[in-house]
Amino acid sequence: MSDVTAQTHASASGKDPVPNRIQARPVPRPGRIVAAVIVLVLAAMAANALITNDAFRWDVVWLYLRDIVVIRGVMWTLILTFGSMVVAIVLAVTLAVMRRSDNPVMRWVSWAYIWFFRGTPIYTQLIFWGLLSVLYPRLSLGIPFGPEFFSFRTDDVFTAFWLALIGLALNEAAYLAEIVRAGLTSVDPGQTEAAKALGMKDGKIMRRVVLPQAMRVIVPPTGNETISMLKTTSLVVALPFTYELMYATSAIGNRNFLPVPLLVIAALWYLLITSILMVGQHYLEQYYGRGFGTTTRRRGRGKGPAGGKQAAIAAAGTVNVDITKEVTP
Amino acid sequence: MSVVADSPAGAAGSTDMVSVRAVHKVFGHGHDAVHVLKGVDLDVARGEVTVILGPSGSGKSTLLRCINELEEITGGSVVVGGDLMGYRKDAKGTLHRLHPKVVARQRSRIGMVFQRFHLFPHMTALENIMEAPVQVRGLSKKAAKQRALELIERVGLTDRMDHYPAQLSGGQQQRVAIARALAMDPELMLFDEPTSALDPELVGEVLSVMQDLAKSGMTMIVVTHEIGFAREVADHVVFMDDGVIVESGPPSAVLDNPQEQRTRDFLAHVL
Repeated sequence: MSDVTAQTHASASGKDPVPNRIQARPVPRPGRIVAAVIVLVLAAMAANALITNDAFRWDVVWLYLRDIVVIRGVMWTLILTFGSMVVAIVLAVTLAVMRRSDNPVMRWVSWAYIWFFRGTPIYTQLIFWGLLSVLYPRLSLGIPFGPEFFSFRTDDVFTAFWLALIGLALNEAAYLAEIVRAGLTSVDPGQTEAAKALGMKDGKIMRRVVLPQAMRVIVPPTGNETISMLKTTSLVVALPFTYELMYATSAIGNRNFLPVPLLVIAALWYLLITSILMVGQHYLEQYYGRGFGTTTRRRGRGKGPAGGKQAAIAAAGTVNVDITKEVTP
Repeated sequence: MSVVADSPAGAAGSTDMVSVRAVHKVFGHGHDAVHVLKGVDLDVARGEVTVILGPSGSGKSTLLRCINELEEITGGSVVVGGDLMGYRKDAKGTLHRLHPKVVARQRSRIGMVFQRFHLFPHMTALENIMEAPVQVRGLSKKAAKQRALELIERVGLTDRMDHYPAQLSGGQQQRVAIARALAMDPELMLFDEPTSALDPELVGEVLSVMQDLAKSGMTMIVVTHEIGFAREVADHVVFMDDGVIVESGPPSAVLDNPQEQRTRDFLAHVL
Protein backbone atom coordinates (compact mmCIF):
# COMPACT_ATOMS: atom_id res chain seq x y z
CA MET A 1 0.00 0.00 0.00
CA SER A 2 2.66 2.48 1.03
CA ASP A 3 4.60 1.73 -2.13
CA VAL A 4 1.62 2.76 -4.22
CA THR A 5 1.19 6.10 -2.47
CA ALA A 6 4.89 6.75 -2.73
CA GLN A 7 4.69 6.23 -6.48
CA THR A 8 1.72 8.57 -6.80
CA HIS A 9 3.57 11.29 -4.95
CA ALA A 10 6.63 10.82 -7.10
CA SER A 11 4.64 11.20 -10.31
CA ALA A 12 2.73 14.18 -8.91
CA SER A 13 5.93 16.07 -8.19
CA GLY A 14 7.38 15.44 -11.66
CA LYS A 15 5.82 15.68 -15.11
CA ASP A 16 2.38 14.19 -15.63
CA PRO A 17 2.98 10.74 -17.15
CA VAL A 18 -0.46 10.89 -18.81
CA PRO A 19 -0.17 13.60 -21.48
CA ASN A 20 -3.82 13.52 -22.47
CA ARG A 21 -5.36 13.37 -18.97
CA ILE A 22 -9.16 13.70 -19.18
CA GLN A 23 -10.59 16.92 -17.81
CA ALA A 24 -14.36 16.40 -17.76
CA ARG A 25 -17.26 17.82 -15.78
CA PRO A 26 -18.79 15.34 -13.33
CA VAL A 27 -22.35 14.07 -13.75
CA PRO A 28 -24.69 16.61 -12.10
CA ARG A 29 -26.22 15.23 -8.87
CA PRO A 30 -28.89 17.68 -7.72
CA GLY A 31 -30.50 14.95 -5.62
CA ARG A 32 -27.57 15.05 -3.23
CA ILE A 33 -28.06 18.69 -2.42
CA VAL A 34 -31.80 18.22 -1.95
CA ALA A 35 -31.18 15.25 0.35
CA ALA A 36 -28.61 17.21 2.36
CA VAL A 37 -31.04 20.07 2.87
CA ILE A 38 -33.85 17.75 3.95
CA VAL A 39 -31.58 15.92 6.41
CA LEU A 40 -30.28 19.19 7.83
CA VAL A 41 -33.79 20.54 8.37
CA LEU A 42 -34.93 17.31 10.04
CA ALA A 43 -31.85 17.28 12.27
CA ALA A 44 -32.44 20.89 13.28
CA MET A 45 -36.06 20.07 14.09
CA ALA A 46 -35.02 17.10 16.21
CA ALA A 47 -32.38 19.12 18.08
CA ASN A 48 -34.89 21.90 18.63
CA ALA A 49 -37.49 19.45 19.93
CA LEU A 50 -34.97 18.03 22.39
CA ILE A 51 -33.52 21.30 23.64
CA THR A 52 -36.62 23.46 23.92
CA ASN A 53 -38.77 20.85 25.64
CA ASP A 54 -38.47 21.57 29.38
CA ALA A 55 -39.59 18.03 30.25
CA PHE A 56 -36.09 16.82 29.49
CA ARG A 57 -34.73 18.99 32.32
CA TRP A 58 -31.21 19.32 30.89
CA ASP A 59 -30.09 20.99 34.12
CA VAL A 60 -30.92 17.78 36.00
CA VAL A 61 -29.23 15.71 33.32
CA TRP A 62 -26.06 17.73 33.77
CA LEU A 63 -26.31 17.54 37.56
CA TYR A 64 -26.66 13.76 37.78
CA LEU A 65 -24.53 12.79 34.77
CA ARG A 66 -21.48 12.44 37.01
CA ASP A 67 -23.28 11.42 40.18
CA ILE A 68 -21.32 8.82 42.15
CA VAL A 69 -24.20 6.32 41.98
CA VAL A 70 -24.37 6.74 38.20
CA ILE A 71 -20.61 6.35 37.81
CA ARG A 72 -20.73 3.26 40.02
CA GLY A 73 -23.55 1.99 37.78
CA VAL A 74 -21.32 2.50 34.74
CA MET A 75 -18.56 0.51 36.44
CA TRP A 76 -20.86 -2.39 37.30
CA THR A 77 -22.29 -2.39 33.78
CA LEU A 78 -18.79 -2.59 32.33
CA ILE A 79 -17.77 -5.34 34.75
CA LEU A 80 -20.86 -7.36 33.88
CA THR A 81 -20.39 -6.81 30.14
CA PHE A 82 -16.76 -7.83 29.95
CA GLY A 83 -16.96 -10.49 32.66
CA SER A 84 -19.86 -12.27 31.02
CA MET A 85 -18.33 -11.95 27.55
CA VAL A 86 -15.08 -13.57 28.68
CA VAL A 87 -16.92 -16.49 30.26
CA ALA A 88 -19.23 -16.72 27.24
CA ILE A 89 -16.35 -16.82 24.73
CA VAL A 90 -14.61 -19.67 26.56
CA LEU A 91 -17.88 -21.59 26.78
CA ALA A 92 -18.81 -20.82 23.17
CA VAL A 93 -15.55 -22.21 21.77
CA THR A 94 -16.09 -25.35 23.83
CA LEU A 95 -19.67 -25.69 22.57
CA ALA A 96 -18.68 -25.09 18.94
CA VAL A 97 -15.94 -27.70 19.14
CA MET A 98 -18.37 -30.13 20.80
CA ARG A 99 -20.84 -29.47 18.02
CA ARG A 100 -18.26 -30.64 15.47
CA SER A 101 -17.10 -33.58 17.56
CA ASP A 102 -17.16 -37.19 16.36
CA ASN A 103 -18.78 -38.06 19.67
CA PRO A 104 -22.57 -38.03 19.22
CA VAL A 105 -23.11 -37.36 22.94
CA MET A 106 -21.00 -34.20 22.74
CA ARG A 107 -22.81 -33.06 19.59
CA TRP A 108 -26.17 -33.63 21.17
CA VAL A 109 -25.31 -31.88 24.43
CA SER A 110 -24.06 -28.85 22.51
CA TRP A 111 -27.14 -28.81 20.30
CA ALA A 112 -29.48 -29.08 23.29
CA TYR A 113 -27.65 -26.31 25.15
CA ILE A 114 -27.89 -23.93 22.22
CA TRP A 115 -31.50 -24.91 21.62
CA PHE A 116 -32.46 -24.19 25.23
CA PHE A 117 -30.57 -20.97 25.84
CA ARG A 118 -31.47 -19.44 22.51
CA GLY A 119 -35.02 -20.66 22.78
CA THR A 120 -35.92 -19.00 26.06
CA PRO A 121 -35.91 -15.24 26.75
CA ILE A 122 -32.89 -13.94 28.61
CA TYR A 123 -35.22 -12.07 30.96
CA THR A 124 -36.92 -15.32 31.97
CA GLN A 125 -33.58 -17.02 32.42
CA LEU A 126 -32.40 -14.22 34.70
CA ILE A 127 -35.57 -14.43 36.80
CA PHE A 128 -34.92 -18.12 37.29
CA TRP A 129 -31.30 -17.50 38.26
CA GLY A 130 -32.68 -15.04 40.80
CA LEU A 131 -34.99 -17.72 42.12
CA LEU A 132 -32.16 -20.23 42.46
CA SER A 133 -31.89 -19.80 46.22
CA VAL A 134 -35.66 -20.09 46.57
CA LEU A 135 -35.88 -23.21 44.45
CA TYR A 136 -32.73 -24.76 45.92
CA PRO A 137 -31.94 -23.13 49.28
CA ARG A 138 -29.05 -25.51 49.91
CA LEU A 139 -26.64 -26.94 47.36
CA SER A 140 -24.31 -29.82 48.03
CA LEU A 141 -21.40 -31.60 46.47
CA GLY A 142 -21.33 -35.36 46.57
CA ILE A 143 -21.98 -38.56 44.69
CA PRO A 144 -25.13 -38.30 42.54
CA PHE A 145 -28.03 -39.93 44.41
CA GLY A 146 -25.47 -40.94 47.05
CA PRO A 147 -23.76 -39.38 50.06
CA GLU A 148 -22.92 -35.66 50.24
CA PHE A 149 -19.40 -34.44 50.96
CA PHE A 150 -20.43 -30.93 51.94
CA SER A 151 -23.31 -28.55 51.42
CA PHE A 152 -23.76 -24.79 51.58
CA ARG A 153 -26.48 -22.17 51.58
CA THR A 154 -27.08 -21.09 47.98
CA ASP A 155 -27.28 -17.44 48.98
CA ASP A 156 -23.83 -17.52 50.57
CA VAL A 157 -22.05 -18.57 47.43
CA PHE A 158 -24.20 -17.31 44.58
CA THR A 159 -24.65 -13.61 45.21
CA ALA A 160 -26.78 -11.52 42.88
CA PHE A 161 -23.66 -10.29 41.07
CA TRP A 162 -22.35 -13.78 40.29
CA LEU A 163 -25.78 -14.97 39.26
CA ALA A 164 -26.10 -11.97 36.94
CA LEU A 165 -22.71 -12.63 35.40
CA ILE A 166 -23.34 -16.36 35.00
CA GLY A 167 -26.88 -15.82 33.71
CA LEU A 168 -25.73 -13.38 31.03
CA ALA A 169 -22.74 -15.53 30.10
CA LEU A 170 -24.67 -18.78 29.72
CA ASN A 171 -27.21 -17.12 27.43
CA GLU A 172 -24.59 -15.31 25.38
CA ALA A 173 -22.52 -18.48 24.97
CA ALA A 174 -25.34 -20.05 22.97
CA TYR A 175 -25.26 -17.24 20.42
CA LEU A 176 -21.49 -16.99 20.34
CA ALA A 177 -21.22 -20.76 19.86
CA GLU A 178 -23.00 -20.39 16.53
CA ILE A 179 -20.66 -17.57 15.54
CA VAL A 180 -17.64 -19.67 16.44
CA ARG A 181 -19.11 -22.62 14.54
CA ALA A 182 -19.57 -20.44 11.46
CA GLY A 183 -15.92 -19.39 11.84
CA LEU A 184 -14.67 -22.96 12.13
CA THR A 185 -16.75 -24.03 9.12
CA SER A 186 -15.29 -21.21 7.05
CA VAL A 187 -11.77 -22.65 7.20
CA ASP A 188 -10.74 -24.69 4.14
CA PRO A 189 -11.07 -28.43 4.98
CA GLY A 190 -7.75 -28.91 3.18
CA GLN A 191 -6.09 -27.27 6.18
CA THR A 192 -7.37 -29.99 8.50
CA GLU A 193 -6.35 -32.67 6.02
CA ALA A 194 -2.84 -31.32 5.68
CA ALA A 195 -2.49 -31.24 9.47
CA LYS A 196 -3.89 -34.78 9.73
CA ALA A 197 -1.47 -36.02 7.09
CA LEU A 198 1.35 -34.68 9.26
CA GLY A 199 0.09 -36.82 12.12
CA MET A 200 -1.40 -34.03 14.23
CA LYS A 201 -4.18 -34.99 16.62
CA ASP A 202 -7.61 -33.37 16.54
CA GLY A 203 -7.06 -31.08 19.53
CA LYS A 204 -3.78 -29.79 18.14
CA ILE A 205 -5.31 -29.28 14.70
CA MET A 206 -8.08 -27.19 16.25
CA ARG A 207 -5.75 -25.05 18.37
CA ARG A 208 -2.83 -24.64 16.01
CA VAL A 209 -4.43 -24.66 12.57
CA VAL A 210 -8.19 -24.11 12.46
CA LEU A 211 -8.96 -21.64 15.27
CA PRO A 212 -6.29 -19.07 14.32
CA GLN A 213 -7.76 -18.95 10.82
CA ALA A 214 -11.36 -18.91 12.02
CA MET A 215 -10.68 -15.75 14.03
CA ARG A 216 -11.09 -13.65 10.89
CA VAL A 217 -14.73 -14.64 10.76
CA ILE A 218 -15.33 -14.85 14.51
CA VAL A 219 -14.01 -11.51 15.72
CA PRO A 220 -16.22 -8.92 13.96
CA PRO A 221 -19.59 -10.43 15.02
CA THR A 222 -18.19 -10.95 18.52
CA GLY A 223 -17.58 -7.20 18.72
CA ASN A 224 -21.18 -6.77 17.70
CA GLU A 225 -22.28 -9.15 20.46
CA THR A 226 -20.24 -7.21 23.03
CA ILE A 227 -22.07 -4.00 22.17
CA SER A 228 -25.35 -5.88 22.38
CA MET A 229 -24.33 -7.30 25.77
CA LEU A 230 -23.62 -3.82 27.12
CA LYS A 231 -27.32 -3.04 26.95
CA THR A 232 -28.51 -6.53 27.82
CA THR A 233 -26.88 -6.07 31.23
CA SER A 234 -29.77 -3.72 32.05
CA LEU A 235 -31.98 -6.81 32.31
CA VAL A 236 -30.20 -8.15 35.40
CA VAL A 237 -32.75 -6.16 37.40
CA ALA A 238 -34.80 -9.34 36.92
CA LEU A 239 -32.60 -11.13 39.46
CA PRO A 240 -32.60 -8.49 41.01
CA PHE A 241 -29.10 -7.03 40.72
CA THR A 242 -29.54 -3.29 41.27
CA TYR A 243 -26.16 -1.61 40.94
CA GLU A 244 -25.83 -1.45 37.17
CA LEU A 245 -26.41 1.73 35.18
CA MET A 246 -30.01 1.30 34.10
CA TYR A 247 -31.36 0.48 37.54
CA ALA A 248 -29.17 3.03 39.30
CA THR A 249 -30.42 5.88 37.12
CA SER A 250 -34.08 4.91 37.17
CA ALA A 251 -33.91 4.58 40.97
CA ILE A 252 -32.70 8.17 41.23
CA GLY A 253 -35.38 9.22 38.76
CA ASN A 254 -38.13 7.57 40.77
CA ARG A 255 -36.87 9.07 44.02
CA ASN A 256 -36.81 12.62 42.54
CA PHE A 257 -39.98 12.20 40.51
CA LEU A 258 -37.80 13.07 37.48
CA PRO A 259 -37.66 9.84 35.46
CA VAL A 260 -37.09 11.44 32.05
CA PRO A 261 -33.76 13.24 32.64
CA LEU A 262 -32.36 10.13 34.35
CA LEU A 263 -33.34 7.98 31.39
CA VAL A 264 -31.52 10.49 29.21
CA ILE A 265 -28.45 10.08 31.43
CA ALA A 266 -28.55 6.30 31.06
CA ALA A 267 -28.96 6.63 27.30
CA LEU A 268 -26.04 9.07 27.07
CA TRP A 269 -23.74 6.75 29.02
CA TYR A 270 -24.70 3.72 26.92
CA LEU A 271 -24.08 5.80 23.79
CA LEU A 272 -20.68 6.91 25.05
CA ILE A 273 -19.54 3.38 25.94
CA THR A 274 -20.93 2.00 22.68
CA SER A 275 -19.03 4.68 20.78
CA ILE A 276 -15.80 3.67 22.48
CA LEU A 277 -16.52 0.00 21.79
CA MET A 278 -17.28 0.83 18.15
CA VAL A 279 -13.90 2.50 17.78
CA GLY A 280 -12.33 -0.63 19.25
CA GLN A 281 -14.37 -2.86 16.96
CA HIS A 282 -13.35 -0.76 13.98
CA TYR A 283 -9.69 -1.33 14.69
CA LEU A 284 -10.24 -5.04 15.40
CA GLU A 285 -12.06 -5.46 12.10
CA GLN A 286 -9.38 -3.54 10.30
CA TYR A 287 -6.76 -5.80 11.84
CA TYR A 288 -8.58 -9.02 11.03
CA GLY A 289 -9.79 -7.89 7.63
CA ARG A 290 -6.62 -6.31 6.38
CA GLY A 291 -5.28 -7.33 3.01
CA PHE A 292 -8.33 -9.41 2.21
CA GLY A 293 -8.30 -10.58 -1.38
CA THR A 294 -4.98 -8.95 -2.19
CA THR A 295 -1.57 -10.51 -2.14
CA THR A 296 0.82 -8.03 -0.66
CA ARG A 297 4.34 -8.74 -1.72
CA ARG A 298 7.09 -6.80 -0.09
CA ARG A 299 10.10 -8.77 -1.07
CA GLY A 300 12.60 -6.08 -0.15
CA ARG A 301 11.55 -5.89 3.48
CA GLY A 302 12.07 -9.58 4.11
CA LYS A 303 9.79 -10.13 7.09
CA GLY A 304 6.07 -10.85 6.66
CA PRO A 305 3.30 -8.89 4.99
CA ALA A 306 2.00 -5.61 6.35
CA GLY A 307 -0.71 -7.16 8.51
CA GLY A 308 1.33 -10.08 9.86
CA LYS A 309 -0.42 -13.38 10.43
CA GLN A 310 -3.93 -12.15 9.79
CA ALA A 311 -3.05 -10.54 6.48
CA ALA A 312 -1.29 -13.76 5.53
CA ILE A 313 -4.43 -15.77 6.26
CA ALA A 314 -6.52 -13.26 4.35
CA ALA A 315 -4.23 -13.34 1.35
CA ALA A 316 -4.13 -17.12 1.29
CA GLY A 317 -7.91 -17.22 0.95
CA THR A 318 -8.26 -20.37 3.04
CA VAL A 319 -11.04 -18.77 5.02
CA ASN A 320 -14.37 -18.25 3.39
CA VAL A 321 -15.66 -14.98 4.77
CA ASP A 322 -19.39 -14.95 4.24
CA ILE A 323 -21.29 -12.30 6.15
CA THR A 324 -24.55 -14.21 5.81
CA LYS A 325 -23.05 -16.62 8.33
CA GLU A 326 -23.08 -13.94 10.99
CA VAL A 327 -25.51 -14.78 13.72
CA THR A 328 -27.25 -11.98 15.52
CA PRO A 329 -29.96 -12.44 18.12
CA MET B 1 19.03 -47.80 -15.11
CA SER B 2 18.83 -50.96 -13.11
CA VAL B 3 16.30 -53.53 -14.12
CA VAL B 4 13.35 -53.40 -11.80
CA ALA B 5 11.34 -56.55 -11.85
CA ASP B 6 7.66 -56.48 -11.17
CA SER B 7 7.38 -56.89 -7.41
CA PRO B 8 6.53 -60.52 -6.95
CA ALA B 9 3.09 -60.72 -5.43
CA GLY B 10 3.02 -62.50 -2.11
CA ALA B 11 6.71 -63.24 -2.00
CA ALA B 12 8.92 -61.49 0.55
CA GLY B 13 6.26 -59.18 1.88
CA SER B 14 8.72 -57.70 4.36
CA THR B 15 10.66 -55.86 1.65
CA ASP B 16 7.47 -54.13 0.59
CA MET B 17 7.01 -50.63 1.96
CA VAL B 18 3.40 -50.59 0.87
CA SER B 19 1.14 -53.52 0.29
CA VAL B 20 -2.39 -52.76 -0.85
CA ARG B 21 -4.65 -55.80 -1.07
CA ALA B 22 -8.08 -55.98 -2.73
CA VAL B 23 -8.97 -52.49 -1.61
CA HIS B 24 -12.50 -51.29 -2.19
CA LYS B 25 -13.73 -47.80 -1.44
CA VAL B 26 -17.38 -46.83 -1.54
CA PHE B 27 -18.44 -43.25 -0.80
CA GLY B 28 -21.94 -42.74 0.55
CA HIS B 29 -24.71 -45.24 1.15
CA GLY B 30 -27.63 -46.78 -0.67
CA HIS B 31 -28.64 -45.10 -3.89
CA ASP B 32 -26.02 -42.37 -3.52
CA ALA B 33 -23.20 -44.87 -3.11
CA VAL B 34 -20.26 -44.37 -5.45
CA HIS B 35 -17.92 -47.32 -5.88
CA VAL B 36 -14.58 -45.60 -6.49
CA LEU B 37 -12.04 -48.37 -5.89
CA LYS B 38 -13.02 -51.83 -7.05
CA GLY B 39 -10.39 -54.20 -5.73
CA VAL B 40 -6.99 -52.61 -6.07
CA ASP B 41 -3.71 -54.48 -5.44
CA LEU B 42 -0.49 -52.54 -5.29
CA ASP B 43 2.97 -53.31 -3.97
CA VAL B 44 5.68 -50.76 -3.58
CA ALA B 45 9.13 -51.90 -2.53
CA ARG B 46 11.31 -49.86 -0.21
CA GLY B 47 13.18 -47.14 -2.11
CA GLU B 48 11.00 -47.55 -5.17
CA VAL B 49 9.18 -44.77 -7.03
CA THR B 50 5.73 -45.70 -8.30
CA VAL B 51 3.83 -43.36 -10.59
CA ILE B 52 0.08 -43.76 -10.89
CA LEU B 53 -1.43 -42.55 -14.14
CA GLY B 54 -5.03 -42.47 -15.21
CA PRO B 55 -7.91 -40.28 -16.32
CA SER B 56 -9.59 -38.07 -13.74
CA GLY B 57 -12.17 -39.95 -11.72
CA SER B 58 -10.25 -43.21 -12.10
CA GLY B 59 -9.69 -43.39 -8.34
CA LYS B 60 -5.95 -42.68 -8.22
CA SER B 61 -6.20 -39.83 -5.69
CA THR B 62 -8.61 -41.88 -3.59
CA LEU B 63 -6.13 -44.77 -3.57
CA LEU B 64 -3.43 -42.40 -2.33
CA ARG B 65 -5.72 -41.03 0.39
CA CYS B 66 -6.63 -44.56 1.46
CA ILE B 67 -2.95 -45.42 1.91
CA ASN B 68 -2.49 -42.79 4.64
CA GLU B 69 -5.96 -43.21 6.14
CA LEU B 70 -7.35 -39.84 5.06
CA GLU B 71 -10.13 -42.06 3.73
CA GLU B 72 -11.26 -45.22 5.50
CA ILE B 73 -11.26 -48.15 3.14
CA THR B 74 -14.50 -50.13 2.71
CA GLY B 75 -12.83 -53.47 1.99
CA GLY B 76 -9.39 -55.04 1.75
CA SER B 77 -6.25 -54.04 3.60
CA VAL B 78 -3.43 -51.52 3.46
CA VAL B 79 -0.10 -52.37 5.05
CA VAL B 80 2.58 -49.69 5.28
CA GLY B 81 6.02 -50.52 6.67
CA GLY B 82 4.65 -53.79 8.04
CA ASP B 83 1.81 -52.09 9.94
CA LEU B 84 -1.83 -52.73 9.08
CA MET B 85 -3.28 -49.24 8.62
CA GLY B 86 -6.22 -48.23 10.78
CA TYR B 87 -6.92 -51.64 12.32
CA ARG B 88 -5.54 -54.22 14.71
CA LYS B 89 -6.07 -57.89 14.02
CA ASP B 90 -6.46 -60.07 17.09
CA ALA B 91 -5.55 -63.76 17.42
CA LYS B 92 -8.95 -64.83 16.12
CA GLY B 93 -8.56 -62.63 13.08
CA THR B 94 -11.17 -60.09 14.18
CA LEU B 95 -10.43 -56.52 13.13
CA HIS B 96 -10.48 -53.75 15.75
CA ARG B 97 -10.56 -50.14 14.66
CA LEU B 98 -7.53 -48.27 16.06
CA HIS B 99 -7.87 -45.22 18.28
CA PRO B 100 -7.49 -41.92 16.34
CA LYS B 101 -4.30 -41.24 18.31
CA VAL B 102 -2.74 -44.44 16.99
CA VAL B 103 -3.94 -43.68 13.46
CA ALA B 104 -2.37 -40.23 13.76
CA ARG B 105 0.91 -41.87 14.76
CA GLN B 106 0.70 -44.20 11.75
CA ARG B 107 0.09 -41.21 9.49
CA SER B 108 3.00 -39.27 10.90
CA ARG B 109 5.36 -41.77 9.22
CA ILE B 110 3.85 -41.06 5.81
CA GLY B 111 4.42 -37.70 4.15
CA MET B 112 1.79 -36.29 1.85
CA VAL B 113 1.94 -33.50 -0.69
CA PHE B 114 -1.33 -32.11 -1.98
CA GLN B 115 -2.35 -30.67 -5.32
CA ARG B 116 -3.35 -27.41 -3.64
CA PHE B 117 -0.33 -27.29 -1.26
CA HIS B 118 -2.43 -26.63 1.88
CA LEU B 119 0.34 -24.77 3.65
CA PHE B 120 -0.75 -23.16 6.91
CA PRO B 121 -1.31 -19.55 5.82
CA HIS B 122 -0.74 -18.03 9.26
CA MET B 123 2.75 -19.46 9.56
CA THR B 124 5.90 -18.53 7.68
CA ALA B 125 7.56 -21.08 5.42
CA LEU B 126 9.95 -22.02 8.21
CA GLU B 127 7.18 -22.25 10.83
CA ASN B 128 5.20 -24.50 8.47
CA ILE B 129 8.12 -26.91 8.36
CA MET B 130 8.71 -26.75 12.13
CA GLU B 131 5.07 -27.23 13.09
CA ALA B 132 4.70 -31.03 12.97
CA PRO B 133 8.09 -31.94 14.48
CA VAL B 134 7.34 -29.63 17.44
CA GLN B 135 3.65 -30.45 17.88
CA VAL B 136 3.68 -34.15 16.99
CA ARG B 137 7.19 -35.33 17.82
CA GLY B 138 7.67 -32.97 20.75
CA LEU B 139 10.99 -31.80 19.32
CA SER B 140 12.43 -28.64 20.87
CA LYS B 141 11.93 -25.49 18.82
CA LYS B 142 15.66 -25.15 18.46
CA ALA B 143 16.16 -28.65 17.11
CA ALA B 144 13.14 -28.32 14.83
CA LYS B 145 14.44 -25.04 13.47
CA GLN B 146 17.83 -26.58 12.80
CA ARG B 147 16.21 -29.36 10.81
CA ALA B 148 13.81 -26.97 9.06
CA LEU B 149 16.73 -24.83 7.92
CA GLU B 150 18.39 -27.89 6.39
CA LEU B 151 15.19 -28.87 4.62
CA ILE B 152 14.41 -25.42 3.29
CA GLU B 153 17.93 -25.31 1.89
CA ARG B 154 17.35 -28.68 0.30
CA VAL B 155 14.32 -27.30 -1.58
CA GLY B 156 16.27 -24.15 -2.41
CA LEU B 157 14.19 -21.58 -0.53
CA THR B 158 16.49 -20.38 2.22
CA ASP B 159 15.96 -16.77 1.14
CA ARG B 160 12.18 -17.21 1.40
CA MET B 161 12.01 -18.86 4.82
CA ASP B 162 10.38 -15.91 6.60
CA HIS B 163 7.72 -15.41 3.92
CA TYR B 164 4.12 -16.36 4.45
CA PRO B 165 2.66 -18.81 1.90
CA ALA B 166 0.61 -16.08 0.21
CA GLN B 167 3.86 -14.28 -0.60
CA LEU B 168 5.28 -17.30 -2.40
CA SER B 169 4.65 -18.53 -5.93
CA GLY B 170 2.82 -21.82 -6.41
CA GLY B 171 6.02 -23.65 -7.14
CA GLN B 172 7.70 -22.24 -4.05
CA GLN B 173 4.67 -23.14 -1.93
CA GLN B 174 4.77 -26.70 -3.18
CA ARG B 175 8.49 -26.96 -2.42
CA VAL B 176 7.80 -25.74 1.13
CA ALA B 177 5.01 -28.32 1.36
CA ILE B 178 7.46 -31.05 0.36
CA ALA B 179 9.94 -29.81 3.00
CA ARG B 180 7.12 -29.75 5.57
CA ALA B 181 6.31 -33.39 4.84
CA LEU B 182 9.98 -34.38 4.95
CA ALA B 183 10.41 -32.76 8.36
CA MET B 184 8.65 -35.76 9.90
CA ASP B 185 11.29 -38.08 8.42
CA PRO B 186 8.69 -40.17 6.60
CA GLU B 187 9.38 -43.68 5.32
CA LEU B 188 7.01 -43.06 2.45
CA MET B 189 6.00 -39.96 0.50
CA LEU B 190 2.68 -39.62 -1.29
CA PHE B 191 2.27 -36.97 -3.98
CA ASP B 192 -1.28 -36.17 -5.08
CA GLU B 193 -0.96 -34.38 -8.44
CA PRO B 194 1.73 -32.08 -7.01
CA THR B 195 2.13 -30.02 -10.18
CA SER B 196 -1.45 -29.86 -11.47
CA ALA B 197 -2.23 -26.53 -9.81
CA LEU B 198 0.95 -24.87 -11.03
CA ASP B 199 1.60 -22.53 -13.92
CA PRO B 200 3.55 -24.43 -16.60
CA GLU B 201 6.80 -22.56 -16.00
CA LEU B 202 6.77 -23.52 -12.29
CA VAL B 203 6.32 -27.28 -12.80
CA GLY B 204 10.01 -27.93 -13.40
CA GLU B 205 11.26 -26.65 -10.04
CA VAL B 206 8.89 -28.96 -8.15
CA LEU B 207 9.66 -31.99 -10.31
CA SER B 208 13.39 -31.48 -9.84
CA VAL B 209 12.98 -31.44 -6.05
CA MET B 210 11.00 -34.67 -6.35
CA GLN B 211 13.62 -36.19 -8.61
CA ASP B 212 16.36 -35.41 -6.07
CA LEU B 213 14.22 -36.97 -3.39
CA ALA B 214 13.80 -40.13 -5.46
CA LYS B 215 17.58 -40.31 -6.01
CA SER B 216 18.12 -40.12 -2.25
CA GLY B 217 16.25 -43.42 -1.95
CA MET B 218 12.87 -42.22 -0.70
CA THR B 219 9.95 -44.54 -1.31
CA MET B 220 7.42 -42.52 -3.31
CA ILE B 221 3.98 -42.95 -4.77
CA VAL B 222 3.19 -40.17 -7.21
CA VAL B 223 -0.15 -39.45 -8.84
CA THR B 224 0.62 -37.21 -11.79
CA HIS B 225 -0.04 -36.42 -15.41
CA GLU B 226 3.63 -35.70 -16.05
CA ILE B 227 4.52 -38.56 -18.38
CA GLY B 228 8.07 -37.26 -18.73
CA PHE B 229 8.59 -37.51 -14.98
CA ALA B 230 7.16 -41.03 -14.97
CA ARG B 231 9.49 -42.12 -17.75
CA GLU B 232 12.57 -40.61 -16.14
CA VAL B 233 12.07 -41.22 -12.42
CA ALA B 234 9.59 -44.05 -11.93
CA ASP B 235 10.67 -47.60 -11.25
CA HIS B 236 7.14 -48.68 -11.69
CA VAL B 237 4.18 -47.22 -13.56
CA VAL B 238 0.60 -48.10 -12.74
CA PHE B 239 -2.27 -47.22 -15.03
CA MET B 240 -5.68 -46.96 -13.37
CA ASP B 241 -9.09 -46.59 -14.89
CA ASP B 242 -12.57 -46.86 -13.41
CA GLY B 243 -11.37 -47.95 -9.96
CA VAL B 244 -9.09 -50.79 -11.03
CA ILE B 245 -5.45 -51.14 -12.03
CA VAL B 246 -5.53 -51.81 -15.74
CA GLU B 247 -1.86 -52.26 -16.34
CA SER B 248 1.40 -51.96 -14.42
CA GLY B 249 5.08 -52.51 -14.95
CA PRO B 250 8.31 -50.64 -15.63
CA PRO B 251 7.85 -47.35 -17.52
CA SER B 252 9.36 -48.77 -20.67
CA ALA B 253 6.65 -51.40 -20.80
CA VAL B 254 3.60 -49.39 -19.74
CA LEU B 255 4.45 -46.12 -21.50
CA ASP B 256 6.13 -47.35 -24.66
CA ASN B 257 4.52 -50.68 -25.21
CA PRO B 258 1.13 -50.70 -23.49
CA GLN B 259 -0.78 -53.96 -23.74
CA GLU B 260 -4.24 -52.68 -22.91
CA GLN B 261 -6.44 -50.62 -25.22
CA ARG B 262 -7.49 -48.29 -22.37
CA THR B 263 -3.86 -47.50 -21.59
CA ARG B 264 -3.14 -46.80 -25.25
CA ASP B 265 -6.17 -44.47 -25.49
CA PHE B 266 -5.10 -42.54 -22.40
CA LEU B 267 -1.49 -42.19 -23.48
CA ALA B 268 -2.57 -41.07 -26.95
CA HIS B 269 -4.56 -38.39 -25.19
CA VAL B 270 -1.90 -37.00 -22.89
CA LEU B 271 1.21 -37.39 -25.04
